[in-house]
Amino acid sequence: MPADRSRTGQWVEVERVLLEPADRAANLPEETASKPLLVWVKGFAQSEAAPGEECEVETMTGRVVRGRLSDLDPAYTHTFGSQPSELASVGRDLRARLAEYRAKAGE
Amino acid sequence: MARKGEIMRRALGMDYAEFERSPIAFDYEAMMGAHGYSLDDIVAIQAAAGVGSTPLLELRNLTDLVRSYSGPGHGARIFVKDEAANMAGSFKDRRASMSTHVAQAKGYPGVIAATSGNYGAAVASQAARASLKCIICQEAFDSTHLGQPEIIEKARICEAFGAEVVQMTVGPELFAHMLELLDETGYFAASLYSSFGVSGIETLGFEIAEEMRARTGAPPTYVVITHAGGGNTTGTARGLKRAGATGTEIVSASVDLSGLHMASDTDFNRKSFTTGHTGFGVPFATWPDRADVPRNAARSLRYMDRYLTVSQGEVFYVTEALAKLEGLERGPAGNTAMAAAMSLARDLPREATVVVQETEYTGAGKHHWAQLNFARERGVEVRTGDPRENVPGKSIVIPTAPEQIRAVEMDLGRMRRSYVRNALAHAPGGYEPTAEDIAFLAEDTNTTPETVEEIVAGLKEA
Repeated sequence: MPADRSRTGQWVEVERVLLEPADRAANLPEETASKPLLVWVKGFAQSEAAPGEECEVETMTGRVVRGRLSDLDPAYTHTFGSQPSELASVGRDLRARLAEYRAKAGE
Repeated sequence: MARKGEIMRRALGMDYAEFERSPIAFDYEAMMGAHGYSLDDIVAIQAAAGVGSTPLLELRNLTDLVRSYSGPGHGARIFVKDEAANMAGSFKDRRASMSTHVAQAKGYPGVIAATSGNYGAAVASQAARASLKCIICQEAFDSTHLGQPEIIEKARICEAFGAEVVQMTVGPELFAHMLELLDETGYFAASLYSSFGVSGIETLGFEIAEEMRARTGAPPTYVVITHAGGGNTTGTARGLKRAGATGTEIVSASVDLSGLHMASDTDFNRKSFTTGHTGFGVPFATWPDRADVPRNAARSLRYMDRYLTVSQGEVFYVTEALAKLEGLERGPAGNTAMAAAMSLARDLPREATVVVQETEYTGAGKHHWAQLNFARERGVEVRTGDPRENVPGKSIVIPTAPEQIRAVEMDLGRMRRSYVRNALAHAPGGYEPTAEDIAFLAEDTNTTPETVEEIVAGLKEA
């Protein structure tokens, strides 16, 4: 949940409940059926709003969507992460095998 | 939604009812040809869109690596079609370029697609070039708002190309919401499974046949295709046939995710592949018409000669190997076929050729490091060892040597039976298949009417 209120025109994200658990599709696994179906959409805030407050955004295609204010200037923070140790030696070892094979094949 | 048929007719600009022949059979080729674009037309449309004519690379180092542990005289030449060189980074540009071309030609103001994969990036990119508005609907998060880094990256790239991205929690109701959006906006349904999109992939198979003829004097012995919804297998195989490569064996390959439920809120983030896996590959092959169009243009059982599965750990290992040995850093999901190809090439004579028909872009989120770190954070065990010990959702076992990569053969006979059972189950109760139905089912499963008769008789007994 954002700490600040949105400004009118700010790029924000809203969250809304699309389906309550009782209205969800048949034959879903219990862990899915017991949860509401949620949707998040980003757009330009049509008014000031407090975090979690109902507000409207105008999306990039010009649709107006209503939902609870869930983020301001939403970020992308996905990364590569650290080198998995299981892969660290793969390149060195395979290059060595290739060199060994070619040395033998060339004999 | 009761108005589904009406909304899709408007959103696709074609009425599938004219191709229906019976409660089971429909005229597949008439449906595929109804758009009126020849292969030359499609090549021209894609060239103008900046799509296709990607490099075909021979992987000499990977081939020699395989030969280092193959039997005498064995180890086929391995090639790859570097589809990551397309504008938005994957073969999906071929599909998207046709959908956006049709949308623009028919005067739609925008396009909508439901996809968490590369297709979203492709549609968003092509829509930007065609000055069309674009909405991508993603199944993106579990109920705690945690998303697979690969899907988050796809959202980012769609937004980078100016699309609106509608992100949802796990569940098949995404398609009902997409229908609502189609109804609300009047946009074109850029379905993955329309004849427009699947026809767009035919150029890929055609290019491979022509380029391999020029490079080796013959079409490839095998083409290995990462398989999910079936469009990649269908379009590539049709393109190869159009180029006269009728002897080329079509091998589909998926990551084995057996045991994980695709609509499960908890399994959702325990898989390290969001596409190219058996969770799509098997259900779509055995019942293609589960798609978001009345009749799916992607009918993979018509075309696949073999279906191989590999484990997540094997694909991550091969992804690392491809970067280190060939200087090709590409996304892991597209390397599913590469892992299967290494297993296949080992058992083939040296004169044989194996073409892996795609790569995809990689980067933060999509990268195999990101996938392994995310899995580990979710409590999935990541270790080195025998990849046979891999358990989807529980452990990812990275091979310690390339000879441990061994694809597993799926039983196509069982999949054909499953398809026929589904086709009969979707007909009204008490409906008896006619001779025309049997002939259709034989074509749709790449088998004979006699085999289909046997399957039908066996199902009645059971």
